[in-house]
Amino acid sequence: MLANLLEYLLANRVQVFSIIGSLLLFLFILKLVKRKKLKEEYSLLWLAFGTIFIVLSIFKPLLEIVASIIGIVYAPAALLLILVISVFFILIQFSIVISKLAEGNKNLIQEVGILKAEIKKLQQSFKDRKTE
Amino acid sequence: MNEQILIIIPAYNEEKNIRNVIKSIKDFNADYKCLVINDGSRDNTQHEAESNGLATVIELPSNLGIGGAVQTGFKYALYENFDYAIQFDGDGQHLANEIPAILAALQNDKADVCIGSRFVEKTFGFQSTFMRRIGIRIFSLMNLLLIRRKITDSTSGFRAYNKEAIEFLAANYPTDYPEPETVILLGKNDFRICEVPVEMVERQGGESSISGLKSAHYMIKVILAMLMTAQRQKIRRIPIC
Repeated sequence: MLANLLEYLLANRVQVFSIIGSLLLFLFILKLVKRKKLKEEYSLLWLAFGTIFIVLSIFKPLLEIVASIIGIVYAPAALLLILVISVFFILIQFSIVISKLAEGNKNLIQEVGILKAEIKKLQQSFKDRKTE
Repeated sequence: MNEQILIIIPAYNEEKNIRNVIKSIKDFNADYKCLVINDGSRDNTQHEAESNGLATVIELPSNLGIGGAVQTGFKYALYENFDYAIQFDGDGQHLANEIPAILAALQNDKADVCIGSRFVEKTFGFQSTFMRRIGIRIFSLMNLLLIRRKITDSTSGFRAYNKEAIEFLAANYPTDYPEPETVILLGKNDFRICEVPVEMVERQGGESSISGLKSAHYMIKVILAMLMTAQRQKIRRIPIC
C-alpha cells in the first residue's frame, strides 16, 4: 500500500513539486500580509493566482481539460501559459499602482513647495514686525 | 477692485535668465505679481530668483517637469484668489510688453484662455526651426480634427488664463510636455480658446527642454496624449459663484 503510494509519487514528481511550490507561494503571501509587509489590496491578485495553481496541480485532469479547450496538446504548456498570463496581470497592476503613486507624489511636492514659500513669507513678515 | 494678475514663471536651471525675466516683467508693470516655480534646479536658480526681491519663489523639493511646475502656479493662483494667470517662460523667449495683448480677450470676456501665437499672422522675430514648424503643423491639424478649432501654435508656452480656467487646471493638468495636450483638454471641456499674434525672441541662454533624438519621443508621446485626452469624458465642473 505504502509502497504503491511512494511509487505513484515518484512517478509524478512534477505534480508533487508543483503542489509544494504553489502551496509555499500561497503561504508566503499570507505571511507577508499578516506581517503587514504587503497590503491586503495588493495581495488579492497573488492569492487568486496561487489558488488557481494549487487547484490545477492537485487535479491533474483539470489542467488537461483546460489545455484541450485552448487547443494545447502538451498539458504542462498550458500551465506555463497561465503562469505568464498571471504575471502579466500582476505587472499591469504594478503599473497602475505606480501611476497612482506618481500622481499623489506630484500633488505632495506641489503642496510642499507652496507651503514652504508661504512659511518663508510669514517668517519674513514676523521678523519685519519685530524690528519695527 | 483692481484685478489681480499672477505671472507664473516655471524655471529649471535658468540661473542665467531668471533675474532678467523677473526684472523685465516688473519694469513693464509693477502691479503684476511674479511667481517663480523653481522646479528642483541644480544650479543657482533659487538664489538668482530671490535676489532682487521682486518675485515670490516656490522651490519644489524635487523635479516635476514643466507641467507639474506650471500646475503648482495654478494651485497658488487658486489659493491666493488671483483673477488671471499668465504662463511665462523663464528662459527669456517671451516679451513682457506682449502680456496686455494676450490678457485683453479675457478681460473683455471673449475667451477663457488666450495663447500667444507665432503663426496667426506672420510676425517678425523668432519663428523656430523647420522641423519644429512641421511638428507644430501636425498639432494644428489635430486640433482641427479633435476639437474642431483652429489653434496654430499649440506648443506656445505664453498663455493667459481666467479664473475658471485656473480652477480647472489646478485640478487637471498634464505632466510632461503639457502645452499641446492642454489645448485639447480645454477644448474638450468647452473652454473658449483664442489666439493672438505675439513676437518671441530666441532663448537668451540655457538649453531647450526638447532637442535631438528626444523630439521623436516627444512627438509620439504628445500625439498619443492628445488622442487619449480627446477620447476622455468631459470633466464635471462646479460653476464659480
